[in-house]
Amino acid sequence: MTAPLHDTTAEAAPTAPADPAETGATKVEGRSLKQIAWNRLKQDKVALAGGAFVLFLTLVAVFAPLIVGLLGHPPNQFNQDKLDPLTNLPQGAWGGVSSDFLFGVEPNKGRDVFSRIVYGARISLLVAFLAAVVAVALGTLFGIIAGYFGGWIDALISRTMDVLLSFPQLLFIISLVSVLPDDLLGLTGSGVRIAVLVLVIGFFGWPYVGRIVRGQTLSLREREYVEAARSLGGGRRHILFRELLPNLVAPILVYATLMIPTNILTEAALSFLGAGVRPPTASWGGMLRDALETYEHDPMFMVFPGATIFVTVLAFNLFGDGLRDALDPKGTR
Amino acid sequence: MSENAEDKELSIPAQADGAEPGATEGAASSVTGGETAGATLTKDAAPGEILLKVTGLQKHFPIRKGLLQRQTGAVRAVDGIDFEVRAGETLGVVGESGCGKSTMGRLITRLLEPTAGKVEFEGKDITHLGVGGMRPLRRDVQMIFQDPYSSLNPRHTIGTIVGAPFRLQKVTPEGGIKKEVQRLLSVVGLNPEHYNRYPHEFSGGQRQRIGIARALALNPKLVVADEPVSALDVSIQAQVVNLLDDLQQELGLTYVIIAHDLSVVRHVSDRIAVMYLGKIVELADREALYKAPMHPYTKALMSAVPIPDPKRRSAKSERILLRGDVPSPISPPSGCRFHTRCWKATEICRTTEPPLLELKPGQRVACHHPENFEDQAPQDTVLLSAAKDAGELVPDAVLAESAETSEALAAEVAEQTEVAEMSEQAEAAEVGAEAERVEKSDSGDK
Ligand SMILES: Nc1ncnc2c1ncn2[C@@H]1O[C@H](COP(=O)(O)OP(=O)(O)OP(=O)(O)O)[C@@H](O)[C@H]1O
Ligand code: SF4
Ligand SMILES: [Mg+2]
Repeated sequence: MTAPLHDTTAEAAPTAPADPAETGATKVEGRSLKQIAWNRLKQDKVALAGGAFVLFLTLVAVFAPLIVGLLGHPPNQFNQDKLDPLTNLPQGAWGGVSSDFLFGVEPNKGRDVFSRIVYGARISLLVAFLAAVVAVALGTLFGIIAGYFGGWIDALISRTMDVLLSFPQLLFIISLVSVLPDDLLGLTGSGVRIAVLVLVIGFFGWPYVGRIVRGQTLSLREREYVEAARSLGGGRRHILFRELLPNLVAPILVYATLMIPTNILTEAALSFLGAGVRPPTASWGGMLRDALETYEHDPMFMVFPGATIFVTVLAFNLFGDGLRDALDPKGTR
Repeated sequence: MSENAEDKELSIPAQADGAEPGATEGAASSVTGGETAGATLTKDAAPGEILLKVTGLQKHFPIRKGLLQRQTGAVRAVDGIDFEVRAGETLGVVGESGCGKSTMGRLITRLLEPTAGKVEFEGKDITHLGVGGMRPLRRDVQMIFQDPYSSLNPRHTIGTIVGAPFRLQKVTPEGGIKKEVQRLLSVVGLNPEHYNRYPHEFSGGQRQRIGIARALALNPKLVVADEPVSALDVSIQAQVVNLLDDLQQELGLTYVIIAHDLSVVRHVSDRIAVMYLGKIVELADREALYKAPMHPYTKALMSAVPIPDPKRRSAKSERILLRGDVPSPISPPSGCRFHTRCWKATEICRTTEPPLLELKPGQRVACHHPENFEDQAPQDTVLLSAAKDAGELVPDAVLAESAETSEALAAEVAEQTEVAEMSEQAEAAEVGAEAERVEKSDSGDK
């Protein structure tokens, strides 16, 4: 540039700190998008209630032995004395609810329903959470690769996702579980089943995450900061994991939270159909199935696990929706 | 032409003659070089030496259709351009939206791979270098982006963003990255304490300064700025342009500044390249371009620049309106690409592509019937009918002036004046007066 062609005094000298009109926007000290989202989430009471329940349930699952020790009976203990000897139905009203047996007892076997629901929470949450982790890991990896590289890589991954999404996964899992041996890779008993459930549910879940991540990546890769990183010599790995991934965390987090309740339902359905964890390990779906035999005479045994599943799924969904609203990228622009 | 009135306003008269109209780029930029005395001039390329050279550069984006992704055509975004950038100078690149300016910028910074042609940086052929081969060169060539809202990663702090060049290039500046980043922030006029803030806490102008700090971090030789201020408020544009200008003098930078009209580049460029549909149609020293634009398209672009001087308000009537939209770069017009909108177009313009020739020292033009210069194809004396239509949107004074250098247009104008017997006298007088006035202001500028 030829030097004399502007008059510095007429316009604000660029070396002076930014003009006052511009500093107005920066009064709040270093608020990250995370903090903004948290502040917004705090306003959303419904989502907070959902989140509180999720937290509560997680604690229950973690401390299940402690809670059952204090408030219940071992989950596999047969309390025949609590059953009517003639009908094998629980004694007393409401399926045998008492201060001793908070949720009553199971017909026929006399096991403590409360203890079994508490222990069932372990299975449900563990399977649902780990399956979501598997789905998110696979979905993020393939989605980001498909979206960023495009071309035949994208075509291949997208078609694979289409195929998986149209796959009758429940039927597949049921048949898979029935042919798998009980001992696998050093795991035994319910360990095998849990691992299989996690892997299979996660595997059929990743295309949902993959589609979302791919779509987001498609729009993000056109952002100029990606070009900027390339113009500084940033390699593919830097761009994918340092530039793009941090911008994908919000949608992934929201989707994962909304995926967990779906996984809980899938796990319950599989247990209900006999393809879940093996009895006598307690699971919510398995309890529903047991309740099916006697629901006409003892509906309470169906109500407790049913209501637990319902409330849990609702809580996760409410929390997930609130999280989505709080992280809404449009709101932060 | 008369636009120089505005230049005068902003310049300091004693120095304004730094670049003579006919002076070569070398001379002009060595003046700039001399003024950087005492500044941190760390670069080895002597001012005036060729830093970047581009020959026959092309970029065609394939258009694929159908299941098999078969190529059905191509967007000829950049279609064979030649130019060079000399150390220490500022090359302005202007043209309408979609004419391939950004693509050109991305080609010379090698963010895109050219379809054909050659890019040389400091004599080294970088046309087909891969990511790894380009990495060391990335220090020397940097880019400033158009959109301050998309050029900074919203999940990174300012410190991370401005420090990224050091991390990616594995360079540790003296005193550590943090200290250097803070120094850079203050160089571009930001508070170094804002190191830990996120981009969304800054205004557009501040963000653009952050982008500039990032581009300068590695002490580059060439900075390509793609419409650096077009997304900013008009009141802030001047500040950012001046910042770029100051930094150039302090650091001995070379700029390629892209803009969609002349208002931004007119003050800061040493030379200006005018692009139309993937081609350079005129490349000239700034002074020469303003005094006597030779390509009709340049003339049209210049007439579109608002003239701030109230005394020159009458110039408004000299605005040249272009007919229709820019044709598609997928199937550009034959011959001269401007012939569908040019008021001087003749048969040769439709059939033969005019080469970019240095008609005057320091002024290259691709036109058969240039303005302010002798007709390159005087034998062609029939205007295309499209040209007659286009001429209806062009002020009479401009037409008359153009006619002086185009036989075809002269014939046309003469014919028209004959037909319009009634106003013949008056019109002739007006044209005469206009021409006289233009001549006067021309000589007045010297
Ligand atoms: N990646 C791409 N794939 C296909 N076509 C592209 C691509 N990038 C640009 N183009 C096309 O190339 C042409 C030139 O685009 P370019 O962005 O270089 O124009 P420009 O002069 O910078 O315009 P603007 O002033 O709007 O920024 C346009 O027609 C555009 O649609
Ligand atoms: S006169 Fe002919 S060559 Fe010149 S710009 Fe017009 S159409 Fe193109
Ligand atoms: Mg552009």
